[in-house]
Formats: sequence, structure tokens, C-alpha cells
Amino acid sequence: MLIIGEKLSIIAKRVREAMMKKDKGPIQEIAVRQWKEGSGIIDANIGPAEDGGEELMKWMVTTIQEVVPLPVCLDTTNASAIEAGLQVHNNEWGSPLINSTSNDPERFPILELAAKYKCRVIGLTVGKGGLPADAEERAGIAAEIMARAMEYGVPLEDIYLDPLVLQIATSQDHAAKVIDAIKMFQEMNDPAMKTVVGLSNISNGCPRHIRPILNKYYFLMLMNAGLTSAIADAHEMAEALKEKQLFDDVLAGKQIDDAEKMKEIKKTIEVIMGNTLYAHSYLEM
Amino acid sequence: MAFTAPKETYSGKVYSVTIGTGDSAVTFGGENVLPFHAFEGITPSRPVIAVEIQDVAPADWPETVRKPYEAVSNDPVAWAKFCQDELKARAVALRLVGTHPDRENRSPEDAVRTVRDVLAAIRVPLIILGSNHAEKDSAVLIAVAEAAKDRNCIIGKAQEANYKTIAAAAMANNHKLIAMSELDINLSKQLNILISQMGFEKERIITDPMCSALGYGLEYTYSVMERIRLAALTQNDTTMQQPLLGDVGMYVWKVKETSAAEADLPHWGALEERGIAWEAETASALLIAGAELLIMRHPRAIRAVETLIDELV
Repeated sequence: MLIIGEKLSIIAKRVREAMMKKDKGPIQEIAVRQWKEGSGIIDANIGPAEDGGEELMKWMVTTIQEVVPLPVCLDTTNASAIEAGLQVHNNEWGSPLINSTSNDPERFPILELAAKYKCRVIGLTVGKGGLPADAEERAGIAAEIMARAMEYGVPLEDIYLDPLVLQIATSQDHAAKVIDAIKMFQEMNDPAMKTVVGLSNISNGCPRHIRPILNKYYFLMLMNAGLTSAIADAHEMAEALKEKQLFDDVLAGKQIDDAEKMKEIKKTIEVIMGNTLYAHSYLEM
Repeated sequence: MAFTAPKETYSGKVYSVTIGTGDSAVTFGGENVLPFHAFEGITPSRPVIAVEIQDVAPADWPETVRKPYEAVSNDPVAWAKFCQDELKARAVALRLVGTHPDRENRSPEDAVRTVRDVLAAIRVPLIILGSNHAEKDSAVLIAVAEAAKDRNCIIGKAQEANYKTIAAAAMANNHKLIAMSELDINLSKQLNILISQMGFEKERIITDPMCSALGYGLEYTYSVMERIRLAALTQNDTTMQQPLLGDVGMYVWKVKETSAAEADLPHWGALEERGIAWEAETASALLIAGAELLIMRHPRAIRAVETLIDELV
């Protein structure tokens, strides 16, 4: 399981301020922490970065790689900022990952970059026409992305298919559909296609105390479905892995000693699978 | 081989709720099947339509729906009696719209007087609604819930912002409670959970997923109601088994289609018929989606929906 550390995102206030001031301290501190916690790639999410995106991405990549021997995930919609990042990326630590291309023609130039710089790229299974309705539609879009990747000369083993995790609080039925999509994606090539999710989005909009619970158990369910990587909180995922045996026992219908934990796992599985309607207090019911 | 119609069976059941007292009490809910699927299970009660009145004269209602109440609508007591005696309403819904700070801003004491007078004048169950101003409703509904103690009314509407005080008032005075959330099934469930966590029995809640008129988002209300009913029946979700309210009248009689003059829009057809049809259509759709309790305004729209119910039960 490859964890792409999610914490260097412009959405976080501390990170945004450091990016604006070009203050290396907080960026490097967070990068190192994520590396120590088990991240295999560090995500650098600079947002749309319409002004000065090139400079910012270059600065992020070099700042991160100064202290961490890992590749960087270049996360922005600005293609020229991605290219700027690729030019300075130190491939000694592994090839960079681009986040992302999709089935939207505006995102095709990303594939050109992936071919030119021989790097990995996330294929988000959305088209121009909005969100996919189910696992089948996601797989259909994945097939188009794969065909286009071959056309552009990007090897399929460099593609990470992303089914797009949606918020459980507002789109509960998609939680299980994404798990199905992860299974379907793997079948689409031999060797199996690689997969990735933006994991924490599952619990976006949920109360703070239940977010890690949803994140952890959703991660384990996706892992059981064959997920290869996740953009996630490495610390949280390490915690999840510690609980994997317990989780699998509960899933197999076994009793576990910790009754509270068992209830928490069972209820979360029911909500993720759509057998119980989600509410913020679902654990208390 | 004889044909056997396929039948669905469900694991859950909608709570049966009784409002009012004595011979005039009415009961709704109680079914263990989708709306009107009597052939698959039990449907012990027919849906109830409450006729809406308000504490101040309905100057803001369109002419079509003002006219039938012209003689009585200056006085909530006369209006309530008219609904009970002339329209044979099975329940009356009194909306205390005059308490809204942007309207007449009537005090909780004024509201208490109105509620007392109306309760003294009618036998049929009363639904007591605030003005949908979260803060003011807290004060008003606490006062009127006490004034209506033991009459087994429905008090509403409790929302995320004010449910604690309103639920406590309904609980202390033995009323039922409307819990309203804004067109979101997950928030609707959450509000029911929060209210029951206060110790308010979940069997005494009526869920209002928020209404909308035909042409103005009715499909959202329809879909939320339908999904609530499916969660109640197929998932046996005890936090979603409350009867559903369609607060139809107030949403229908403010849309353009129920008030635009025939002279301006001749291709829209006769104004009066149009408005009545709009209310009846909206109400019928929500009945099919799962509403067990409707609040409506126009006597002819109500009659049309009652006839539809007669044919469906």
C-alpha cells in the first residue's frame, strides 16, 4: 500500500501561509513528519495556482525534496505549473506522480507531460459531464482514459485510476460504488491496473470525532477490495493498519474482545455499505 | 398455472400517531408497506388532511384561497369552527404567522390567547405552528405548548437551531412534535436522533423533510420522502419511521402559478382552477411519496385529494 501524504495542501491555513511567504520551515516539518509516518510520496497541492503557479510548484518540489528522499505528487490543475515541477523533480527518489488527468479534454495535455517526463499519473474517472453515477460508469471512463494514455504513449502501469470518493454525508450510495469500482478497475488489465483514492473526502462534512473512524475503516474496506494507494493522512492509515486484524475479524463475523470497538466497526461498515442511513450520530444509535 | 402477483414484504413499520382527544382524535401512520400498497401488508389509517388557518387575517394569501374564508378569516376562532363544522375538517392547523418579527410581531401572550380560544371552540385535533422564525418560535411555542397542555396537539416546527426548547415544551405538555430539516435525508435522520436523545419518544415525532410546490423543487421533497419511507420499511430504521408531513398550502399559494392573472397569462388557463389544481397536484404527489399528514388551504383542493384517497385506500 502506497500512502501519498495529503497534508501539504493549500486548503490548510498553515500550509497556505507558508506557501505565500515561501517559508520553508512548516513545509519541511510537515513533509518530514509524513515521511516518518510512512508516506511513500508527498502530495503538493497548490490549488488552481493561476498566478505564479510555476514558481510555486518548483519551490514546493525542491523544498520537500531537500529534506525528504521521496517523490512528489504534483497536485494542481495548472499544466504549466506541473511541468515546472517536473523539471526540478529529483527522480533519484522515484518518479513523480501527477494529480491528475481525466476524461475531460482540458485534462488531456497532462498525458503529454506524463509521456514526456516518463512519470506516473492519476486518471480521475470523471468526464466533462459531471459525476459518474455508479461503478460501471467509472469503469467506462477508466477504459477511455486507458485508451488515451496508450495513444499518448503513457504505459498503463504508470496510470493510477481514481474512482472519485464522495462525501458520505451527502452521497452515501457512492461509498459502496467506489469500492466496486476499485474491484472493476483491477480487472481492466493484466497486470492489474493500479488504483488510488482521495480518501479523506469520504468524511468531509462529518463531525470531527468521527472523521478518523470513517477514514480508517473505509481505507481497510478499499484495501480488501485491492486498492494500491491512497492520498491520505499517513498517521491515520498507520493506525488503520494496526486495526486491520480486528477489522477483518469483525467482517468475518467473529467476536472480538473490545465490544465498543466491535460496535464502532460494525456500524461504520453498515453505513459505508449503505445498509444504514448515514446521520452524524450514527455511532450513537 | 394461476398467476400470483409478486408481493414485497418489509421489515419495518411506520409509527402510528394519534392526535387530539376523545371521539375527535385522529390516527395516521401505522402501515408496514409503501403508500397505498394495502395488498402487500397493513394500512390501518388513512392519511389526514389538516386545514390551515392563521392567527391574523390572510392578507398575503392569493384571492382564490382567501375567498372561501372571507366571512371568517378575521377571527381565528370563527375560522377554526368553520373548518370543523362546515368543511368537516378532521384536524385544523393554526399557523401563528402573526408572531413573526417582520410581520405583526405578536407576543407569546397574544399567541397563547389565540390558541386557548381556538382550542375552546373546536373538538378536532389542533396542529400549532410557529412563524418559522427559529428564535421567536422558541418563545412562542413554549408558551402555547403549555396553554394547550394535555390536548394532544402537534407542536412545530422544531429545527436544528431550536429543537431543544421546542421539544422540551412539547414533552412537558404531552404533545407531538414536528421535526423539520431542509431537504436532506441525512440531516432529517440526525434531527430525529438528537430529539430522541433528549428523552423525547421517537414515536411522538412527525418528520417534515420540508415541502416544495409543483414546479419549484417538488421532486426534491418527493425523493427525500420516498427515501425516508424506504429506509423505514426496508432497513427497519427506527429513526426514520415517523409519519411524514407535507406542509403543502403555504408553499403552493405563494408561487406565480397560483396568483398570476388570467388577463396577463391567458394560455395558463383559468386562475381559480389553476391554483386549486396546483395545490391538489402537489398534495397528491406527496401522498404517493409517503406523506401521512398534509396541511392544505383550499377547500376544493382538499376535497379533490380526499376523493383521491378514497379511491386509493
